[in-house]
This record gives sequence, structure tokens and C-alpha cells, in this order.
Amino acid sequence: MANRLPLAWLLALGAFVIFWLFAGPYLPAAFEYPKAHVIKLAKWISAAMKWLIDEASFGLFSFTDLTRFISAVLDVPYTVASSLLSTGFLEGSGSSAIQIVPPLPWIAVIGLVMLLGHWLGGRSLALLSGACFLFLAVFGQWTSAMITLASILVAAPLGVIFGLLFGIAAWRWRWLERIIMPLLDLMQTIPVFAYLVPVLFLFGFGPTAAVIATLIFATPPMIRIAILSLRAVPDEIIDLGHMVGCTDRQMTWRVMVPAARESLMVGMNQVIMLSLNMVIIASMIGAGGLGFDVLAALRRLDFGAGLEAGFAIVALAIAMDRLSQAAAEKLSAPSPENRATGFLARHPYLLAGLALVLVTSALGYMIPAIRTYPEALQLSTGTFWSEVVAWINVNFFDTLEAIKNAMLLNVLIPFKRFLGGLPWLGVTALLGFAGYRLGGWRLAVLTTCLPLFIAVTGQWEKAMITLYLCGISAVIASLIGIPIGIYSATRDRVWAWVQLAIDTLQTLPSFVYLMPAVMLFRVGDFTAMIAVVAFAVAPAIRYTALGIRKVDPKLIEAGRAMGCTEWQILTRIRLKLALPEILLGLNQTIMFALSMLVITALVGTRDLGQEVYIALTKADTGRGLVAGLSIAAIAIIADRLISAGAIHARRRLGLE
Amino acid sequence: MTNPEAKLVCRNVWKLFGADAASFLAAHGGHPGAAAITEAGLVGAVRQVDLDVREGEIFVIMGLSGSGKSTLVRLMSRLIEPSGGDVLFKGENLLKVSQARMIEIRRHQMGMVFQHFALLPHLTVLDNVAFPLDIQGMSRAAREARAREMIELVGLAGKERAYPRQLSGGQQQRVGIARSLAVEPEIWFLDEPFSALDPLIRREMQDEFMRLQTVLHKTIVFITHDFDEAIRLADRIAIMKDGEIVQAGTPEEIVLTPATSYVAEFTRSVARAKVIRARSLMVAARPGDAEGPTVSGRSNISEAAPLFLDGVSHLGVTDDAGKLIGRLERDAVVSLMLRG
Ligand SMILES: Nc1ncnc2c1ncn2[C@@H]1O[C@H](COP(=O)(O)OP(=O)(O)OP(=O)(O)O)[C@@H](O)[C@H]1O
Ligand SMILES: [Mg+2]
Repeated sequence: MANRLPLAWLLALGAFVIFWLFAGPYLPAAFEYPKAHVIKLAKWISAAMKWLIDEASFGLFSFTDLTRFISAVLDVPYTVASSLLSTGFLEGSGSSAIQIVPPLPWIAVIGLVMLLGHWLGGRSLALLSGACFLFLAVFGQWTSAMITLASILVAAPLGVIFGLLFGIAAWRWRWLERIIMPLLDLMQTIPVFAYLVPVLFLFGFGPTAAVIATLIFATPPMIRIAILSLRAVPDEIIDLGHMVGCTDRQMTWRVMVPAARESLMVGMNQVIMLSLNMVIIASMIGAGGLGFDVLAALRRLDFGAGLEAGFAIVALAIAMDRLSQAAAEKLSAPSPENRATGFLARHPYLLAGLALVLVTSALGYMIPAIRTYPEALQLSTGTFWSEVVAWINVNFFDTLEAIKNAMLLNVLIPFKRFLGGLPWLGVTALLGFAGYRLGGWRLAVLTTCLPLFIAVTGQWEKAMITLYLCGISAVIASLIGIPIGIYSATRDRVWAWVQLAIDTLQTLPSFVYLMPAVMLFRVGDFTAMIAVVAFAVAPAIRYTALGIRKVDPKLIEAGRAMGCTEWQILTRIRLKLALPEILLGLNQTIMFALSMLVITALVGTRDLGQEVYIALTKADTGRGLVAGLSIAAIAIIADRLISAGAIHARRRLGLE
Repeated sequence: MTNPEAKLVCRNVWKLFGADAASFLAAHGGHPGAAAITEAGLVGAVRQVDLDVREGEIFVIMGLSGSGKSTLVRLMSRLIEPSGGDVLFKGENLLKVSQARMIEIRRHQMGMVFQHFALLPHLTVLDNVAFPLDIQGMSRAAREARAREMIELVGLAGKERAYPRQLSGGQQQRVGIARSLAVEPEIWFLDEPFSALDPLIRREMQDEFMRLQTVLHKTIVFITHDFDEAIRLADRIAIMKDGEIVQAGTPEEIVLTPATSYVAEFTRSVARAKVIRARSLMVAARPGDAEGPTVSGRSNISEAAPLFLDGVSHLGVTDDAGKLIGRLERDAVVSLMLRG
């Protein structure tokens, strides 16, 4: 087998190259998919959506009634949250509205956050989260940040609840799991923008639609985690539940959910961070807040404002991540017995919070500075950053431009041309072959049908541009990430720092990565690539380092005993055994790259992401979904082939 | 029913894991051979088991890993649906009762102790022990009072507020025992309750278990893979191999007349004196025996032997109530111990 494998591959590649070089004149249709045969899937989907909105009805009520109802229901908690945090409670609507109750004073919000931090994680967490929120106030981002926070406060708890309920249902009824799982897989690979298009179409433009999009985006991981953690509950605990005579409901709520609490809490953290990410992106359909500030700044190319909003997002992200992690830890550990009697003594934090709100609100009527952060004390770094950018451009314009052009001319454009010239039929066949060799017939069918889908829906050309940008970015990210991973893996102190850095990088919403790239290189493919690389480098580092650190120390000792040099130990033992993990890291890098690539449509790429973006601005559901599905197809092909390859590698290394 | 005093009866019970096990069983007339089972791609976890557990006895099921012990004990409480056969509990066929009735039976008449304790990590010791009562809907005051009693009984008083992860393995299993006893079950299942514990602790827990049983007189099904443990605790033992029961009987019967070479393998290293009890070796009592030193009929010979060091030539043998039932002669004990 090991000997036959390369031969088969060589033959297939040879056939592919010959086909590519010589078949052009005879079979033009294999190179460019004939326009006449393009299936107008996008049109059909759009027509179906239109029918849904205009005509579909469930007898008693129409589809539009349903969407309106959902919006109306979600609007209630959102209005409460945003009134509390940013607008205050209003009487009347529009510009004639009068504020009857003001929003929470900024001091109260910061105080509440610090109290929460203290309750969950002690003094250092209180200080950290308080500092993050103070940052928002001092740098004039308070209003926007509170709008963003309001959306998250609505979306994240709902995401956790829905995710848990779905997860429980899928755990109880196997058939439901069989339906849900592939859907979840698909939903995780469809780029975020693609969700926005139908949501925009069905629910209109505004914060409620943004909350819905956020929910759709953030719930699937929670469902997955819920299913996994319920399945991980030991059989004995389930037997115990039955033996003490639990009913189905008692089994779920008294035994399973509490027993799975620890892992469920991890899901909560994920939902919160994903919600933040999505709320930022959903500013495109009217979420407002910090995301909108970044978006607007990008459109105006106002780097100062964009960076400021970006920093605010970072501050918010760090605070939310640390708080929700502490919450996960705190809530999954059993609480120490509180022996105090009486409501007051048992709920000191609740009481302190209430007192804080009441006192600051009352004082706010007398001293305005308590209610809203005084403008005179605000610092704006916007102009500073704009000047920095201007300075960089004055002094380094030529260097930066030279780097950019060199890369474009020597790497990016040739690779793009190369991919663009490949015959779609040949590529499809080659992918099918790869699927067959690595994973058998089932995989082969998948890896043939998905490229076929891209071709027949007329997306091939754009898909190749996506592939080229994604491919180059993934390669560069790996070239940077794998060496860093190797270097830090064997040095505990370095690794601690690197880990902190990539953990922090990963909590940042993808939007944030655009700003510095645009600042230095303005718009275009190269800028997109830089942003994608910055975003996708974290998994490459992480998996490489974890893979190497996992190698059995006994093997290293054995290597030393046999007289291997350090270099030999690295190349012959560590890297070799870490190969499956590194492949997994590559897989993740590609997934990250694809998800970021879509967002770089904002800086003017010409790929599938741009298709989705255009569809979004035109509210063209069909176009957006088809392009989104094509991106998902690319992601699925890459994922399945690499996973199959990793399994192959593990077998060869005798790890499985 | 086969035995009037039997509390739990298994009749021709089968459990085959795999697809369509029930129809496979029916197709083979209810008695497929081992080869046919393997060929069909099924696992014969429990095959053709007949046994009865009598009121007030400790019935030990002993077998090596994978022999089907856990499966069998779960069939007895219908945690697993059998592929074929009947399980009668106090004359009621458990496989025929409704879901609601089964919940009722488990709530009030069955208790189970698990190998890895199965304590709920988010509850305190007190709440863990009170959990079965809570599920039944008992009021907080009543269930906590009962739970405290049980905690006291297993010697964990003072630990009520601790969480499982703060306890040692032995202590955790005491909680498991207290919890299973809280509902005052009529039948008590213990699935390898001491296997996860260190040998010293295991020994201590076995003693504790025997002490509890002298107070409680439960009907017990006790699972173990340790033959010595089986011998120590059992009134009767069933030895399992590959899903079948190869021999069932009292420890003495099994040690003295092993049915197969497989069983003999286990009994070989067992000292006879540790198995044979005073009441099996005793002869008819003579008047006056009650005045001299006495020994319980349940004690084994190695426990009785030291009493002869005082130079007496015989001991009185008493039953559980302390009534004289026979005498144990020095010569009989010496010759048994010399035989090893
Ligand atoms: N759910 C299941 N599906 C398939 N096979 C099973 C299942 N549960 C148990 N088995 C198989 O049935 C056989 C008996 O398992 P069981 O757990 O009853 O053994 P055991 O005697 O309790 O062993 P141990 O001492 O390891 O607990 C084993 O071969 C096991 O692999
Ligand atoms: Mg077992």
C-alpha cells in the first residue's frame, strides 16, 4: 500500500497536467463552464424567498405574520436592555420622544461590572473588568459600546437557552440528532455574512434583526457542546437516575444537566464570545454600536476613528471573555455553603448592586457628571492615530508599497492566474480521486459533488479567487505559525506568553483585524491577505505547539539515549509524531482563513465573499446564499480531505 | 414459583447486544449456541441465567471482567431490557409492568451501589444521600432527617456539608451506600462496590458491610470479581463465565466440590479453614456445652481456631440468636487445618 500510493498519485497528477495542457482546444467547456448551462439556483432561491414573504401562509397566519411576531417578541428584551444601558426609557417615538427615565449612569455600570467581577473572580478580575469599561468611557466609546452590550445581553442568554434545549432534545431523540448534526456542520462552515442576507430579507434592517442573526450564529456551537457534554455523563450516573426512580423530566433537569454542568459552562463562554463577534458584524444589518463605528470608519477610510472603535471592541471582548470564563468556573464548582441567615446577609452582592444603582441614579439628577461621562474629560486618540498613519505613510510609503507590489507581482498574481487557468472538470476529477484515495467512495462522492455544485451554479471563477487568497494566506500563516509553535513548544515560559497572546487574539472579533491592515496597505488583495494571515495564524501556532508538547517524553529520552542530535530529535521524533496535530492545525487555519476572507470583502476583494457582500447590500437572498454555500463547499472539501489525511498519517505512525 | 422464600427470580434470562437480538433469539428457539451468537455479530453478555435470590441472604455474583455481571445485575432491575426470559420480583414479572409501576418499584423497593460511586458532583453529602427521597417528593425536613440517620449509620457524621470531591474513595462509597439505603429498599444491589478502593480500605469496607448487614438483614445481590471477597461475604455464590452461570451454591459447596476446572482454578488457592464454617463442622451438642467458650455458627474455622489455644477440647456453637446448636471438636479443626 505504502509503495503503491505515490504511484497512483503520480499517475493521477500526470493525467491532470496533460489534460490541463493539451485538452484546451478540444474541450473548451472543461475549462470554462458554459454559461448556457448554469443552473439559476440563485434566482430560484430569491423567488422562493419572495413567495415566502408575499404569499406563504400557515392557514391561521401568514409567514410574514410569523416573522413579525418573532421580531416583536425579541424586541421586548432588546428595548429593555438598550433603554437601561443607552437610550433611557422613552415616551413616544422618533425625534419627539421624551426620556422619562434616564439610562443607568456610567458609574453604576462600571460599578456593577466590578461587583460582578469581584463575585466571580475576586479583586483582580474586578479591577481588570472595571478598567476595560473605564477605557470605554474615557475614550468616548461609551454610547456605542452600550448599544453593542445591549444586543449581547439579549442574544447570549437566549443562545445558551435555545442551545441547551435543542441539545437536550437531540440527546433524548436520536433521530433529531441525526437531522441536526449535518445542519450544524453546514451552519458552521457557511460564512457569517451569508446568514445576514436572509435575515435582512425576512426581518428587515435594525437591531432586532441583528439579534436574530446573532442567535442563529451563536446557538449551533452551544447545541453541539450540550449534546457532547450530555453524552459524556457517565453511564453509572444515568443508571443512578433510573434506580432512584426519576421520571424523564427529573432525569433531564435533576441528573443530566447538573452532572454535565462543567462542560455546559464552556459552551456559555463560547456563545458569549461568538455573540460579540456577530453583533459587530451584524452592524451591516443595523445592529449599530461599535461595529457600526468600525464599518463607517472603513467606508470613510478614517483610520483614527476606526482604530478607536477597534480598541473599544478589544476592551469589551477581554472583559466579557474573562468574566464569562470566571463565571464558568464559579458556577460549575459547587458553591460553598452560605451559613448566613436573612436575605441581606445571603445576597451581599445583589444588595450592593441595588444600592449602587439607586445612589448613583439619585446623585445623577444633581451631578450630571455621574450620569454621563463628562465630555471635557474624554480623551480622543483618533487624531493621534490618524497622524501616526500619516507619518507612516510619509516615511514608509515607498517601502510598504514596494513590499506590497513585490508580493503582488511575484506571488499573488501568478498564483491567481495559475488557478484561474485550471480546467474545472480536471480539478473536480482530481478532488474526487483524492477523496477516494484518502477516504473511500463516500468521501469521493462528496469531493466530486461539491466542486460540481460550484461549477454548475456559475461560481467557479470567483471560487478560484477565494481559493487563491485563502490558499496563500493559509500557507503564509502556517509558515509563520508552525515555526513559532515549534520554538515555543519546548520552552515553558515562552509558551505561557505565546499562549496568552493567541488566546487574546482569538477573543477578538474578526472585524478588528481589518483596521491595521487597511491602515498600512489600503484596499486590495494584499491587504485582505494580511488581515487573513493575522487572524489565521493562531490555530497554526496552537496546534503545532500542542502536538509537539504531547509527544511522549519517553520517546525523546530514547532518542537521546541513541545519540540523536537536538536537530534529529526535532525532525525525526517530535515533528513526525506531531504531524497529525499539525495537519489538524492546518485544517483550522484554513477554516479561520475562509471565515475571515469573507469579511475582507469590505476591503475590496473580488471573490465569493464579495458576492455575499454585494448580495447583502442588495438584499438579494439567492445570490448571497449560493455564494455562501459555495464557500461552505470549499471549507467542507478542505476539512474532509485534511481530516482523512490526518487519519492516514496517524495510522502510518501507529498512533491509532 | 420455584422457591417460596425467593425474593427475586431470574428464569432463562438472556441479553444479547447487537441489532435484532430478540428476533435472533426467537429464530433459534430461545437457546442459540455460543458459536451462532458470535457468527451473527452479537455479544452474548448474559446467557440462559436461572437463579433465585432468597429473602435476607447475601447472594454474590462472581466473575472475571467482561463475564456479564454488570449486565446481569442491570437486568434484575430492568435498567437493561432483557432479550428474553423473565425476572420476577416478589412474584411480579418486572418485564410486564408499566413504566410508572417500574418507577414506583425502583423508588421504594430497590437500592443500588455503583462501582465508581455515581455521586452527583454538585450536591453535598447530605443532599446526595437525600436525593432519592427528594425525587420521590418527600419534604425537606423529613428527607434530611432520614439522610442524617443514614450518614450516621455509615459513620460519616460531621461530613454532611462536604462535597464528593472533598472525600476519599472509601468515604465516597460510604455516601453511595447511605444513599442506596435511604429509601429502605427491600432488595439491595451492589455492583463491585469496593473494586475501586485500595486493598486496606476494601477490607475495612467489607467489615463495615458485614456489620451493616447484621443490623439491616437486607436481601442483597453483590457483584464482585474478587473470589476472596465472594467467599468472605456470601451466603451463596454464583460464578459467571462468558455470560453463563457455571456454578451456584454456598461458599463451602463451591470450594469443596467445584463443578468445573474453571471454578477449581479459583478455589485452589483458598484455604479451606477460611471457608468452612463452624456450623458445617460441628457435631451434636452435649449437655454442658453452653457453659464453656462458644463460637457463632457463621464464623469460619480459622476464626474459631485461636479459641482452642486456651487448651479447651471443644467449643459450643451458637446460632445468630445465641442459642446452642452444636459443638466443635478440637480434633476436627486440627485435621481440617492440616489438610490446608
Ligand atoms: N451496551 C453494550 N453494547 C454492546 N456490548 C456490551 C454492552 N454492554 C456490555 N457489553 C458487553 O457485554 C459483555 C459483558 O459486559 P459486562 O459489563 O456485563 O461485564 P462485567 O462482568 O460487568 O465486567 P467488568 O468487571 O469489566 O465490569 C462484555 O463483553 C461487554 O463488552
Ligand atoms: Mg461491571
